Amino acid sequence: MDNLNKKQANNETVIEVSNLVTHYGMRKILDGVDLDVKKGEIRVIMGGSGSGKSTLLWHILGLYQPTKGHIKLLGKDIHKISFNDMLKLKQDIGVSFQSGALFSSMTVGENIALPLREFTNLDENTIRIISRMKLEVVNLGGFHKLMPSQLSGGMIKRAALARSIVMDPKLLFFDEPSAGLDPVVASEIDDLILSLRDTMGMSMVVVTHELDSAFKIADKITVLDKGKNLITGTVEEIKNSDNKRVMDLLQRRSRHDKLDPKDYLKRLTQENYTLS
Amino acid sequence: MSKYLIKRIESVGMWSFQAIERLGFAMRLFWDSFYWLLVGRRYKQKVRLRQVVEQVRVNGFDALPIVTALCFVVGMMLSIQLLYALSDFGAESQVLLAIAKSVTREFSPLITGVIVAGRSGAAIAARIGSQVVSQEIDALKVMGIVPVRYLVLPPLLGLMISMPLLVICADFTAILGGAIFSVHKLDMSISAYLVESFNVLVVGDVLQGLIKSVVFGVIIVLVGATTGFYVTGGAEGVGRATTSAVVISISFIVLADMIASYFLTQ
Amino acid sequence: MSEDFITFDKNDSLCIIYVTGEVDLSNSSEVRKTILGALKTTPEVVVNLSQVAYIDSSGIAAMVEGLQFANSNGKTFKLSQPSQQVSSILELARLDQVFTIE
Repeated sequence: MDNLNKKQANNETVIEVSNLVTHYGMRKILDGVDLDVKKGEIRVIMGGSGSGKSTLLWHILGLYQPTKGHIKLLGKDIHKISFNDMLKLKQDIGVSFQSGALFSSMTVGENIALPLREFTNLDENTIRIISRMKLEVVNLGGFHKLMPSQLSGGMIKRAALARSIVMDPKLLFFDEPSAGLDPVVASEIDDLILSLRDTMGMSMVVVTHELDSAFKIADKITVLDKGKNLITGTVEEIKNSDNKRVMDLLQRRSRHDKLDPKDYLKRLTQENYTLS
Repeated sequence: MSKYLIKRIESVGMWSFQAIERLGFAMRLFWDSFYWLLVGRRYKQKVRLRQVVEQVRVNGFDALPIVTALCFVVGMMLSIQLLYALSDFGAESQVLLAIAKSVTREFSPLITGVIVAGRSGAAIAARIGSQVVSQEIDALKVMGIVPVRYLVLPPLLGLMISMPLLVICADFTAILGGAIFSVHKLDMSISAYLVESFNVLVVGDVLQGLIKSVVFGVIIVLVGATTGFYVTGGAEGVGRATTSAVVISISFIVLADMIASYFLTQ
Repeated sequence: MSEDFITFDKNDSLCIIYVTGEVDLSNSSEVRKTILGALKTTPEVVVNLSQVAYIDSSGIAAMVEGLQFANSNGKTFKLSQPSQQVSSILELARLDQVFTIE
């Protein structure tokens, strides 16, 4: 629990989302979401599919424009800063995508070295050392010459993690880091996430639906439901919550809606049935 | 019945809305590409010469064998048809002039454009499309690399450089193809035929072909990139985008060819 | 920008380089140059990292390059008294098993 002490000593807010509203077509995806992540904190965002958790992540990263609301990263409002300031901010952000999103036309080593080549003036020798060092960190030493297509799912995730930390970012974002991995590899990634926070002091936002992983790494968990904050709390608080939706989520029950027999029959039989 | 009609009208409206949206997107890509080419250095979005050279190689040099081979055949084909058509008037000697002018002004840029659209247009659409699907574009964005600068500008410059070069080679081989078939009928040597061909050509003839080829290159990249960026629906979507990139860019090439011919042949 | 975040203690056979403060992308090339320069003129170089508050990957890479240069030229390269942050980063990349740390 020494991490908690560290956090209390440093109460700086690094990610601040306030009243975020966004639409997809006519549908409201996020409906007034707030988020407040402190330095050195690992925040897990959970929620069922369609709860808006991934959408929230894309908004924080500036990939989508919200209808309303503010997003501040490291104290800067990402919708108001200049291109160059945003560029500088992006050097302090690492993202590890669900699919890895490694560039398939480049070797693993080139993938990891890309941000260094684009944004630093470092010597080629130094770039090589840094990128291979990052591969060592994720336990992929010696794999720099392979193409992404030659890697297994778990290796791709680890290589993507290596690329996301190559610039030594202050903020790290994960989209489903352990989805689709076997339990051993998944827990390796969890350990890696924890050790990165402890050694580099990174703050992280992890979007996941894996409960075991969430409980292992989270300092705090935010649960989203239908585009709204349902609850935010420590792992214990979430576990002991008596909110029905949270309990459903913890018991992995997705079919909480009461079954309407007539409607069910319609769904099965009507030719032109569409979801209302 | 009226319901059906409304649905049809709706879908036509939807379709034209999308078409206009994509046209706008393509224009934006063109504008953005040159914007980043000019000011990129100031925003750490430098265009790598290596990337452009690589694109010239892949889209230009690698297409050279097929382009020259086809233009050679087209040259021969033209001479067959022209000899037949002009022999009725006893004007076989005009074959040389007809081939030289039609090849440089029309056929070699068009053939080159169609081949490059099939090769590079499809490749650009497939590449960008699969990068959209696999979130690679998002990864570029969050890294701070502007996708247009990194993915569109290099092939755009690459094709604007390599298309004219391809067309010059195509001009030469098409005329050579015509020569090989018609020297016998015209009772000339091949070298004399070639020299005579270059004598009848004026700068404007060749220039018209070169201007067209640059325009075709721009069309190919913009159509390929636009269809690529609009890919939805996984691997199947990438396949669909590839096909439509080729069809759409060839259509635009033919259209642009017609317009260019009209204005450049006043 | 004070330039004395690197200080020397040098004689014919040993050069001790003291690095203080933060080593990041903005100044790691200077550290690299200093280390490689020292290795060219003295047979043994020790980098004292006790006063380093923060070091990033490019800083660590400079150390690795120093070690590489020393090993291929028959010289000695050591790190001494790495601070908490430095040693945890060295451990993360398992470099604590590669460097000689005093």
